[in-house]
Amino acid sequence: MKEKLIQKSLFLIATSAISILVLITFFIFKEGSPLFLKKGFFSVVFGSDWSPIEGHFGVWPFIVGSIWVTVGALVLGVPLALACSIFLVEFAPKKLRLWVKPAIELLAGIPSVVYGFIGVVILVPLIRVYFGGTGFSVLASSVVLAIMILPTIIGISMDSLSAVPPSYREGSLALGATPWQTVYRVVLPAARSGVLASVILGMGRAIGETMAVIMVAGNAVRIPGALTDSVRTLTSNIALEMGYAIGDHRMALFATGIILFGFIMVLNISANLLTRKK
Amino acid sequence: MLKLHQPLLVDKAVKVLFWALTFFTLIILFFILGFLLKKGLPVVSWEFLTQPIRDMGKSGGIFPSIIGTIYLTLLGVVLATPLGVGTAIYLVEYTRESRMTRAIRFGADCLAGIPSIIFGMFGFVFFVITLKMGWSLISGALTIAFMVLPTIIRTAEEALKSVPQGYREVSFSLGSGKWQTVLHAVLPRALPGILTGVVLSIGRCVGETAAVIFTAGSALGLPLSIFDSTRTLSVHFYILAREGISMENAYGTAVVLVLSILLINIFAYTLMNRYISKNS
Amino acid sequence: MKKKILSMILGCFVLSFVGCGGGSSHQTITIAGSTAFQPFAEKLAEIFMSKREGVRVNVQGGGSIVGLQAIRANAVEIAMADLVTLPDDIVDPNGVFLNAAVAKDGIAVVVHPSNPIQNLSISQVGDIFQGNIKNWKEVGGDDQEISVISREKGSGTGKSFEDLVLKGARLTKDALFQDSNGTIRETVSVIPNSIGYLFMGLLNEKVKAISLDKQAATEKNILKGRYKLVNKVFFIWNKEPDALSKEFVEFVLGEEGQKIIAQEGLLPAKDIKI
Repeated sequence: MKEKLIQKSLFLIATSAISILVLITFFIFKEGSPLFLKKGFFSVVFGSDWSPIEGHFGVWPFIVGSIWVTVGALVLGVPLALACSIFLVEFAPKKLRLWVKPAIELLAGIPSVVYGFIGVVILVPLIRVYFGGTGFSVLASSVVLAIMILPTIIGISMDSLSAVPPSYREGSLALGATPWQTVYRVVLPAARSGVLASVILGMGRAIGETMAVIMVAGNAVRIPGALTDSVRTLTSNIALEMGYAIGDHRMALFATGIILFGFIMVLNISANLLTRKK
Repeated sequence: MLKLHQPLLVDKAVKVLFWALTFFTLIILFFILGFLLKKGLPVVSWEFLTQPIRDMGKSGGIFPSIIGTIYLTLLGVVLATPLGVGTAIYLVEYTRESRMTRAIRFGADCLAGIPSIIFGMFGFVFFVITLKMGWSLISGALTIAFMVLPTIIRTAEEALKSVPQGYREVSFSLGSGKWQTVLHAVLPRALPGILTGVVLSIGRCVGETAAVIFTAGSALGLPLSIFDSTRTLSVHFYILAREGISMENAYGTAVVLVLSILLINIFAYTLMNRYISKNS
Repeated sequence: MKKKILSMILGCFVLSFVGCGGGSSHQTITIAGSTAFQPFAEKLAEIFMSKREGVRVNVQGGGSIVGLQAIRANAVEIAMADLVTLPDDIVDPNGVFLNAAVAKDGIAVVVHPSNPIQNLSISQVGDIFQGNIKNWKEVGGDDQEISVISREKGSGTGKSFEDLVLKGARLTKDALFQDSNGTIRETVSVIPNSIGYLFMGLLNEKVKAISLDKQAATEKNILKGRYKLVNKVFFIWNKEPDALSKEFVEFVLGEEGQKIIAQEGLLPAKDIKI
């Protein structure tokens, strides 16, 4: 009897995560989706005119902005992170790995506002001087995000590289391959799904980051034409205007949230599928 | 094609290159830390830690923010831990792999991926406005509890799974029921692992800004009840730095913030390492 | 067992909150809204609390509209807004709210201190913010592209500025956006070719306020009606306020509160009429 009760209540508790997910999804959609009905899905998603006071709610510039800074972050961050994890797992002495891995993971704990702040005081002036423009730019956001996602990607891809059985390496080395050939032809393919998942998670973190990006992006409502142009992402649009939004404007911010939600869900599901296959 | 003929040379080159890149990464990360420490450490003093915030943060210390951060974080984690651990117990001990467990795991994974600004937006509309809790510790704590729930579920699940089957079998053979087995044989073994997840969540709460600023608000005073608003360290830092109120105090706050998160995380990792070496 | 311990810890925790909250005689009100006025409200609250034992005035930012939303939802006792006109349901004399202007301030147009420009006409400023004038050279400055920095759509200060200067025209697409007066000041102070606008009370040495139509952004010029960019800050509160809210509003509108507002660099609402 008591066991039954416990099992029932544990089951209830176990549904909490899904219930919360449903609750949040429901709320965001409830607040945001009427805008799609009112203005038309395509005119919101692909419209490039965001003037909420005049009733124009095109979020296309922010979608493009989010993609720009995320891709920029990946281009800068992924090669570094992969080189780092491969070096630490495959080439570095074990002692070094034992020290460096926790150090890198600890740095994942530095709050995003701190990264953003350092971006403002160091990176933005550098970009202004060496690349032109105001410094508040796609480039600044990408660099800050790239640094922020390093620990995420390094941590997870190191785990999946370490999970490749030593026998794979031994076999390859015994056949006369060099260590790099072994990594490139044997270990990396074997750890592929985990490494990809780490990149996707890093991408999720980059696209979802808010405070750091607001601080260094300049937030112009416009599709950036160059790396030194200012940019506004989906997340910064929400955070910047939430305090001032009313009526349709507020609805439009939740609609921005829905689109962001869509991006994140696609990323989550693909990461999930990748890790499950393994 | 030249490369293929000199695999050993390529091997050397790649190693050197990767070594350099790793070194570069470490330099970036430690530069950030060093920069903060250099600018901020001189500001941090006993007075800075224990004085109230004065003149919007231009002078005085950060005491109310420290207390506010501790309250908010503990409250959030206390709300999330029973849910997270309960979920993990259900997943590991009470069911077999099924559509339901997969759905639960998927739900937790999705929740983990949701950006904090969406939590903030939701918390603002739901807790602050709809449930009329206002900007308060409780609105903020519920929001971050939702946010860290997946972390706690995942780590608790791993910890429970890593308890050897033998423990359960012995307990059952002694005539214990399922719940007793979980409580007396499994949970104690998994406790350090579970705690690691909890401590990591604490670190995440302390560093969170976007979700907290919209739900716990930014009042300067010392919070005296769960319905009082508070300004956590990260929010205080964000406001000081963004509004240019006092760069000096901003650096000081950043140092306190970053050091406490590092300490929390170091604690979590030592806990985990000890646990791993004990279990294997 | 574990569950019992957990619930006990939880219980103690909740009790400790209730204990220090409900048990004592602390009375709390929350005031939220305009980020431009937030620092001044914090100062007022600080002084008010130092005079009255056992009360708390929580000051939130959020933005003018959030303040109004919050007071409609009964989540705060007082809202502060620096909008030119308040929404209908707020000013409706048959509604549930009262409002009063508590302070006024000029909106200063600011540039980087290194910029040689001293004066612009309001229509030149309008052209710059619309993007019709793109280079400082066109208004007698250096040959430098202009970076326009604005408050985001819907903010109190931003709305007032658009009403007074742009008069319905569109802001340039190239404008950068910042989410508070303070961040505008910080941003202008680091971009040499930029122009922005903010509450006069928040000016400091990091930026340079320019004259508009040859009128310097000074208190005197505002009082004489010569400086045209002027904005009001409103408090909005319930028609039947609790004792503490009433007391705080009276304090702010009273001689002492108005004096503090003046000392901190804003214009008191009481002395002048526009």
